[in-house]
Amino acid sequence: MNLNLKVWRQKNTATKGGFKLYRVENISSEMSFLEMFDVLNEQLIHEGEDPITFDHDCREGICGACSMYIDGKPHGPWQANTTCQLHMRAFKDGDTIVVEPWRANAFPVIKDLMVDRTAFDRIIQAGGYISVNTGNAVDGNALPIPKDDADASFAAAMCIGCGACVAACKNSSAMLFLSAKVSHLALLPQGNPERKSRVVNMLAQMDKEGFGACTNTGACEATCPKEISLTNIARLNQEYLVASLTDNK
Amino acid sequence: MLDAKIPAGALDDKWTDYKGHCKLVNPANKRKLEVIVIGTGLAGASAAASLGEMGYKVKAFCFQDSPRRAHSIAAQGGINAAKNYQNDGDSVFRLFYDTIKGGDYRSRESNVHRLAEVSANIIDQCVAQGVPFAREYGGLLSNRSFGGTQVQRTFYAAGQTGQQLLIGAYQALERQVALGNVKMYSRHEMLEIVKIDGKAVGIIARDLITGKLERHFGHATLLCSGGYGNVFYLSTNAMGSNVTAAWKAHKKGAAFANPCYTQIHPTCIPVSGDHQSKLTLMSESLRNDGRIWVPKQKGDSRKPNEIPEEERDYYLERRYPAFGNLVPRDVASRAAKERCDEGYGVGSSKQAVYLDFSEAIIRYGKIEAGKEGNDHASQEDLIKLGKDVVKEKYGNLFDMYAKITGEDPYEVPMRIYPAVHYTMGGLWVDYELQTNVPGLYALGEANFSDHGANRLGASALMQGLADGYFVLPYTVGNYLADEIYNKAVATSHAAFEEAEKEVSDRINRLMNIKGKQTVESFHKRLGKIMWNKCGMARNAQGLQEAITEIQALKKEFWSDVKIPGSIDEMNPELDKANRVADFIELGELMCKDALNRNESCGGHFREEYQTPDGEALRDDANYMYVAAWEYAGESNWNLIKEPLVYDVIKPTQRNYK
Repeated sequence: MNLNLKVWRQKNTATKGGFKLYRVENISSEMSFLEMFDVLNEQLIHEGEDPITFDHDCREGICGACSMYIDGKPHGPWQANTTCQLHMRAFKDGDTIVVEPWRANAFPVIKDLMVDRTAFDRIIQAGGYISVNTGNAVDGNALPIPKDDADASFAAAMCIGCGACVAACKNSSAMLFLSAKVSHLALLPQGNPERKSRVVNMLAQMDKEGFGACTNTGACEATCPKEISLTNIARLNQEYLVASLTDNK
Repeated sequence: MLDAKIPAGALDDKWTDYKGHCKLVNPANKRKLEVIVIGTGLAGASAAASLGEMGYKVKAFCFQDSPRRAHSIAAQGGINAAKNYQNDGDSVFRLFYDTIKGGDYRSRESNVHRLAEVSANIIDQCVAQGVPFAREYGGLLSNRSFGGTQVQRTFYAAGQTGQQLLIGAYQALERQVALGNVKMYSRHEMLEIVKIDGKAVGIIARDLITGKLERHFGHATLLCSGGYGNVFYLSTNAMGSNVTAAWKAHKKGAAFANPCYTQIHPTCIPVSGDHQSKLTLMSESLRNDGRIWVPKQKGDSRKPNEIPEEERDYYLERRYPAFGNLVPRDVASRAAKERCDEGYGVGSSKQAVYLDFSEAIIRYGKIEAGKEGNDHASQEDLIKLGKDVVKEKYGNLFDMYAKITGEDPYEVPMRIYPAVHYTMGGLWVDYELQTNVPGLYALGEANFSDHGANRLGASALMQGLADGYFVLPYTVGNYLADEIYNKAVATSHAAFEEAEKEVSDRINRLMNIKGKQTVESFHKRLGKIMWNKCGMARNAQGLQEAITEIQALKKEFWSDVKIPGSIDEMNPELDKANRVADFIELGELMCKDALNRNESCGGHFREEYQTPDGEALRDDANYMYVAAWEYAGESNWNLIKEPLVYDVIKPTQRNYK
């Protein structure tokens, strides 16, 4: 198939960007979306133009690096999917596809479609862990964990930190990301000792990074490649309420 | 000569004795000692976090935008540990034995035994960190089987075990960043090792956003930079996975061991066309329930569901009744290649075999129906109930398969074919994980030590975390204890200046070639040479041809590569060119190593050396050694042999029948 691409080009963080039109031909429906970009980039290099910069690594939907805003949707038209796993079967001959970077103040553009997501790392630094030094652990089976709790914790822990939730949110809120981590750890007994300070500190960091507030629209859940549930945000709110009412500090 | 520094004493006591006698560094001195960690996968993140917790000053580097994205994240099936929670006779000795045997008797006994010893601690540590492993209804940890073993010792988190373990290590690392013990440098690539008087004292790194070169001092440097499977272009590795850090160390004196040992994983989604940029693994755990088959009739073009049971050849079950579909990876891969080469392959390319879940679906359906007391469930109900069980076990893998191929694996069998997955070879290290360059260590997939000629499934995660959490933190102290007398070297030192100049000269040279062919096209051509002549089956003639072809390719690369953009900006093409240039050199060494090893063992299959029924034929009399190669100038290496001594295990021909 032949396609028209309208792609965001931006030289660096300081420079103003804009859309540019490209055409790619003979694209097979078996290709992944990023392989189609590979074809385009090879074409651009041959034509002496700067290829398009984008984040990608594992190309199997788990590392969370890829991050394209395709036709108005983070990661494109498929449900529960990452950009790298989107395949060209999703498009038809003659389509014009618009590709932009994640748009959020807390995710400044580095170049073209590549953004800086280190704000997520700093949110984790604020408390997204269990404080256990190497060598301190007791036997793995010493503390049974009900299967349902373990499963719910795992469902939250599946977050790949891609930032699609932020890109989808009209307020650029990071609440789904944050709530996934808070839920992952709060649902496990090991996470209990720090559960209050964790939620308070992580939320404070989120605000500091410039992410917006949550208005429960649910665009994040609808776009999340790992189907992280909105109920995690409810749990986050509950955790926060309990922490702010009962924390002795 | 290379001294592996294996402690004396009985195998069971070596590690305990070592820990009891190695030198220690007191807390006040730890604060003055700086350690550089390259790579933040399981090995790097766990080492950086543990060293930070101990009080060392750590600098960690990764080329990704966040340490959480290192390629360990993509590991699917699980992590082994000798816990014997299933009461099925597992023990440290059995895990040790299975690993040595699985590696076709080409690994070091002492290192592997230590790995088995610390395996149980890893599970405990990860559970304490909040890694949500799969659990049974009683709340206890669940296990499953993996290839090459007859016990259930694999711990898992659905098909995302690597992700969960890495997130655990990443969170421990971020905690140390928050505490100020670790400084994180993401989007940085290590491009040179700096040495003074033979010792590693730091690195030259490039900030990938600005293109600026940076000098970093370290009393010790740990390379945790993963494997080199991307030398084949198509592999299950991430696009960015590369050999550059290890290769720079090699060219600065670190020996590279067993480079030809490559693991070709039997169950990957087959290649669909020339555009393909990478291959996707379907976890080995699928072989717990999936049955592998091809039609009995050559070139059978019927749809899989139209081929009756009696016309299917379940060739693994036929050839290896004792292990069946769970034979080790090298054996399963070669068996698939053999069937396809003989003309029994399926799919449009005929380079694929079926992995079929229909029987497992019915089996699970019957169990579920039985739980409901329904002994007369219809076939339809059984299928429905069974599908739910299969979905819970492998749902994410099935979804991934459907997205990539457009086929529904619940309805039609998966098509799979072997693909490059892991590299057992790597930097030579001694018992302390130190390379032959003092102060320079290699951990995880980047070293060669534990998997011999073939790695068993669910053992890579185990090794990465063993090295990072439980081995290196002890052994590095033994070196650093003497470093307390040495102040940090100023990065204005001539050695740093010279190293930086070397790096910048090379980058300038690359940028100034201004040729016609893209980096990608060179990488693809290298991959084709490697896959065809140094892949699943090798022979002397092909390897010699490959060496000539690679040398020619290298010449062409350095005279005709085209790199757009400039040095002082984000330039992924330049980053890739740096990596591909190193892959080309490594490819030549791999072929040389494969040519030198006139035997077949594990993942290294030389067509000239096989048993009458097509199994690998080792030559223990002449090749029971680690082939460590020392760089001696362009296209020139010296071979140093480290003999492998088996005190406890008696090597035999591997038998999975």
